[in-house]
Parts: sequence; structure tokens; C-alpha cells
Amino acid sequence: MTKISGAVEAPELPIDAVRPPRPGRWAAALLAGFALVWLAYTIIVNENLHWDVIVAYLGDGRIMGGLWVTIQLTVLSMAIGLALGIVAAVMQLSGSPVLRGAAALYTWFFRGTPLLVQLIFWFNIGLVFPTFGIGVPFDGPKLVEWQANELITPFTAALLGLAINEGAYMAEIVRAGIRSVDPGQREAAESLGMSHRQVLRRVVLPQAMRVIIPPTGNQFISMLKTTSMVSVIAGAELLTVAQRIYLGNFEVIALLIVASIWYIVLTTIASIAQHFVEKRFERGHHALPARVRRNLRPFDRGSA
Amino acid sequence: MAGPMVSIRSVRKCFGPVEVLRGISLDVPEGGVVCVVGPSGSGKSTLLRCVNRLETIDSGRIWVDGDLIGYAERGDRLHHLAPAELCRQRQDIGMVFQRFHLFPHRTALENVMEGPVVVKGVPRERARKRALELLERVGLADRAGHYPAQLSGGQQQRVAIARSLAMDPKLMLFDEPTSALDPELVQEVLTVMRDLAASGMTMMVVTHEMGFAREVGDNLVFIDGGVIVEQGHPREVLAAPRHERFRAFLGQVL
Repeated sequence: MTKISGAVEAPELPIDAVRPPRPGRWAAALLAGFALVWLAYTIIVNENLHWDVIVAYLGDGRIMGGLWVTIQLTVLSMAIGLALGIVAAVMQLSGSPVLRGAAALYTWFFRGTPLLVQLIFWFNIGLVFPTFGIGVPFDGPKLVEWQANELITPFTAALLGLAINEGAYMAEIVRAGIRSVDPGQREAAESLGMSHRQVLRRVVLPQAMRVIIPPTGNQFISMLKTTSMVSVIAGAELLTVAQRIYLGNFEVIALLIVASIWYIVLTTIASIAQHFVEKRFERGHHALPARVRRNLRPFDRGSA
Repeated sequence: MAGPMVSIRSVRKCFGPVEVLRGISLDVPEGGVVCVVGPSGSGKSTLLRCVNRLETIDSGRIWVDGDLIGYAERGDRLHHLAPAELCRQRQDIGMVFQRFHLFPHRTALENVMEGPVVVKGVPRERARKRALELLERVGLADRAGHYPAQLSGGQQQRVAIARSLAMDPKLMLFDEPTSALDPELVQEVLTVMRDLAASGMTMMVVTHEMGFAREVGDNLVFIDGGVIVEQGHPREVLAAPRHERFRAFLGQVL
């Protein structure tokens, strides 16, 4: 510290001060840097990693097909899961104990059993229900009837398993979003004479979206990778396809790396998209607290 | 003219074991302005919220413009109104809240248009014109494109008043409309309310602004412990309060 005595002047120059030494941080950075370089070296010179094979299979037609199935499964199961989640969340907040109970049972069961088990179950649903039909319930006459074995392909089983499981998680996310909306918003909308449905659609859900979107983005990114579980029922997505190829040519590690590269590409693209979607739903919500904004008001040009 | 705009008869309301309204009866004539005052927890806000059925009542009756609020009387039994009929009743009753409750994801203009467009199905262009007129009336035509977060508290409350007026209500309820405002912003809201009263709107105002009550109110109602302790013309009751509790209350707020 520098003590002054008496009246002094300060130089009118921008401050350009020397930072104190941080030896601990420098040592840690040096260590991390060395570890990275060493890791990269061992990977590059390792002859067991067949980089030529990896490059050759990166754009392979079968891999591309698997990639496409992975994208389809992710988008469809997230869309259906979100729809199921909204329905279940609205049911959980309903006044009817039967609706609340049904929704609670749904989330309880599908969050309480492993997704892997659910996928295998849906794939083998024909063992429990050999036929599906539309008609009179309780063994009445049927209008149309399908064999479960024709209806349940690996793709539909995967879609059912992923979407219904996702719906249970989305229900919790949507419910938290709806509950985050100030109850005064509902009252203001009701006092204008809006119906329950209008209050939900026009006032509550748009505001709940701000809270719902970030975890939904995370769920989407997680779902891109979760689709690989479908390989247990041979779902023809990215991992299944990679496995089929390496069972033929024994390039196990190379094909796992090919699949991993594509998973990373997908999740990176999804993360960037998530960033822009989140910005879109920030509309009307500004980072500045009221007190700061009040002080800034003289600079507000008030254009309308 | 037929009966009063608002008739409240023997209204009781409990929250669990606590009885917050213990037999309230009150009339508001058409075009009348009644100011409701009282200590916090006295039930004055609850009374207001019962009038547009944000709260249900446990006994008594409330009529607005001759319509029984919340129920239909068929034979000798009361039937709860269907949700659609309740929405119909609320359209005619505007409400302004202490904390504004503007829709944060919509601009000032969109906030004012929301009711007519969504509830009454008014064409957007017509609703927009009317909304701009109303924003002009509350002195905020130049803030139409702003989001609530970009407006001061006083401006937000004036937009909230315009939003209620857009539904062409027969009655306006004000629930402590200036209590959440910085002192220098209170007057701009009271000015709008004064103009509204002068235009002949029937108003029920829960407030701590005794100046406003004296100047604009036709009737001042003091509620304490869930009952009306004293009421009368504001100038008279404020000049010569009869009850000890009212005198004590005035001593604290004036």
C-alpha cells in the first residue's frame, strides 16, 4: 500500500498496472498443457488406431443411413415426448384427483424403470398383446386388427420406448415451468374474462417456455446419445450400424470412433441451435434489474 | 335506472380457520366511486377479489349490474356457474392489481389488445386502433412498443388500467393500485384514475391514498377485522371519524 500525505494530483492516464504473480496457476496450466500434448501424441502415433479406416468409414453409406435414423428417432421421440409431457403436466395441475393420479402414475412408472428394460419390453410387446385392434373394448367385436409382429418393428418399438419415457421426464420439466409463472399472471388473464384454455395458451405456456426451453435442450442433446440404447433391439441407428460393420471387419475401435465423431457433430449442432432458441424466448425479459433500468432511463430514447 | 351497479349482501369468507370477511354489506351506485380503507389483513383486498370471483365466498350474495356473481339461482338451489358463464361475467369487471401483472412477453400495445382479441374476437386492426386510443388516454401512446420490463412502475400500472378498459367494463376494481410504486410515480396513476372517475366509471378502490379518497370518492368505507366499522361521505368521515379504531387508523396513515 502507498500512503499519501497532503493534497495530491492523480495523472489523467488510463491505469496500466502490473498483475501479482500467480505461481500456482501457472504450474497447473503447465501440467494440464503437458498432459494434453502427451495424450494427443499417444493417440496419433498409436498404430492400433487405424486412422485410414476411420476416415474411410466416416462418409460410408451405411453410417449415413444410421445417422439419419438417429436423427429421426431423436426428433420424433422428443416431439412426441414434449406433447405427452405437456398433457401430463396439465393433468397434474388439474383439479380432478383422477387426472392428477393418472399423470402421477405415468411419471412414477416410466421414470422408475430403466429405459433399456422399456425398450426390450416394447420390442416384445407381441408376447403380451399378440394383436391390436380398433373396436368395442373388453373383447367386443373389432373393426380393424393388426398383428403385433407386423406393427412393432425395431423402429416403432424404439420410438414408443424413447417417446413415452421422455414424456415422463418432460412432464416434470413442463410442470416446473408452469409453476414458475407468477400466479398473478393467471389472475390478470382471468379477470379479462379468459377461459382456462386461453389463460394456458396465451399467458402461462409462453412464459413457462423460458423455464422449459433450457432443460428441454439438454434433454434433446441427451436423447441424441440415448438413441444408441436402441442397438439392443437392432434399431438400425448409428451405433447398431457401426456394430454391424465391425462384426464383419473386426475394426471395433475405429468404428466406435466413427460413431463418436458423428455423435459429437450432432450434439455440437444441437447446442448451437439451443443457444439461439433460448434467445428467442427471452423476449420481454431483460437481464437488467429494475433499479438499474430506472437509472438508465434518461438515456432511453423512447422510440415506439 | 334500476338497482345499484354493485350489491354486496352479508358476505362471509374464511381462509381455513380464519374468517376474513364477517358479514359485509355494501352498495355502489352506477358511476359511484367507493374507496375501501383499513389496516393490512382487514379483508379489504379479499372483498374486492370476491366481486370478480378470484375468491369464492362462503355465504351471502354479490350482484354486479343485477347479475348474481358466480352462481345461478334455479328453484331454491344455487348452482355454480359453468366456466364459460363465469368468463362472461368477468369480462364486464375490470381489475387493476397492486403489482400490475402485465404480460411480460407482450408489448404495452399487445397487452391492451390481448383481451378484446382473445376473449371478444375483435379483429386485430380494430383492437389495435382502440388500444392506441386507450394508451393515448393514459398518456403512454409513445410507449406502445415497449415491453413491461422497459417501463417504470407508474407506466406499467397505467398500461394495466388501459388493458382493463379495453374490455369496456361496467365496473373497475383497483386493488391498492399505487402501493407498489415509488412515491414520485403515485400521482401519474392517481391522475388517470381521477379522469376515469370523472368520465362516470363505477369504481371500487382499495387504497391508502386518503387524499384521493377525499377528492374523488363518493363513499369511504373503513373495514377492520372483516366488518365495515364506519362509512360515509369521505369529507365528512375524514373530518369527524366516529369510531375509535378508525381514528387510530387515520392517525397512522395521515
